[in-house]
Amino acid sequence: MSVAILGWSITVAQVLLTLAMACAVLRFMRGPRAQDRIIGLDTFYVNAMLLLVTLGIRSGTTLYFEAALVIGLLGFVGTVALAKFLMRGEVIE
Amino acid sequence: MNAPDLPLWAAILVSFFLIAGALVTLLGSIGLWRLPDFYARLHAPSLGATLGTGFILIGSMICFSVLQGRPLVHEVLIGLFVTITTPVTLMLLASASLYRDRVEGNDAAPKKDPAPTEL
Amino acid sequence: MTRLKRVLPYPLLFVALLGMWLLMTQSLSTGQFLLGALVAFGGCWTMVALDPPAGRLRRPGAVARLAGRVFIDVFRSNLAVGSIILGSEDRRTHAGFMSLRLDLTSPYGLAVLAIILTCTPGTQWVRYDPSQRVLMLHVLDLVDDRHWVRTIKERYESLLMEIFE
Repeated sequence: MSVAILGWSITVAQVLLTLAMACAVLRFMRGPRAQDRIIGLDTFYVNAMLLLVTLGIRSGTTLYFEAALVIGLLGFVGTVALAKFLMRGEVIE
Repeated sequence: MNAPDLPLWAAILVSFFLIAGALVTLLGSIGLWRLPDFYARLHAPSLGATLGTGFILIGSMICFSVLQGRPLVHEVLIGLFVTITTPVTLMLLASASLYRDRVEGNDAAPKKDPAPTEL
Repeated sequence: MTRLKRVLPYPLLFVALLGMWLLMTQSLSTGQFLLGALVAFGGCWTMVALDPPAGRLRRPGAVARLAGRVFIDVFRSNLAVGSIILGSEDRRTHAGFMSLRLDLTSPYGLAVLAIILTCTPGTQWVRYDPSQRVLMLHVLDLVDDRHWVRTIKERYESLLMEIFE
């Protein structure tokens, strides 16, 4: 009984998070400007991290925790680098 | 549908937190799609980064603490990193975008900073 | 106290780093404790080399009150922004920029204020001008800008000034 409840709710949560990732990808493809794409990418990272946490709950191991942590940190570094590029990349210094 | 075998109360609690968190995150991402301009869209991801992440991590904490029979709260680290890093990225993006809009002379950003509101 | 400061210049940072290490390794064994203490000790002395501006944390009661307020406000603003996102077209077009003058000057206080304003959806920190002490914000629901000034000044800034100044 409890296995079924938890299993189904994990599936529902994963579907919702995948839809959220789809929204972020749509914004990433649609743009219209570079900063819109970057914010889509950043949201995509955060949603992917949450999806990994739900995968970890389903498998019952804490292995996915490290993966989620790494994705979160890499997403942060990537977004900061891209934002910095927006400030500097198009302007001749 | 495989899932860890938790007591019924824990399963219901974890399910509630997971679905609530996923719903809030989805709401934030829908906002990213629906809001009209870039500066308004800046507000959408912080929904998923605060309440969405918080709910899902609380669910994960309850699940693993019950499963292993001892308090397991290492998910706090993810929450801490996300809370500290999201403001940095959003602030950088906001200032980069303001700078670009002003250089290009777009209407999206005000030409001058608005005068401070006094009470 | 001074002897402790000489060996351990940032006791709070030491405790935080040690806690992070123990959370990351998910154990409380003596070996991990020693390793974590070593890492935290190194971290503290790296901080000395970086020479950050002096700041101090006072009034733990005010810290707890601020944390409680932010916790409540995160829920409230999430609800507000959620209803704007799902609401009708004209509710989504009230966004705009505004400025306000801050009395808070401590860099740590400003950093915490930036995190608070960004973590409550609906307000977004855009730019702070330290010479004029003017903060520029973007607000999603900008109907009455005085309401936002009052919220920020009374709910957060007064407590932050108690804590950091």
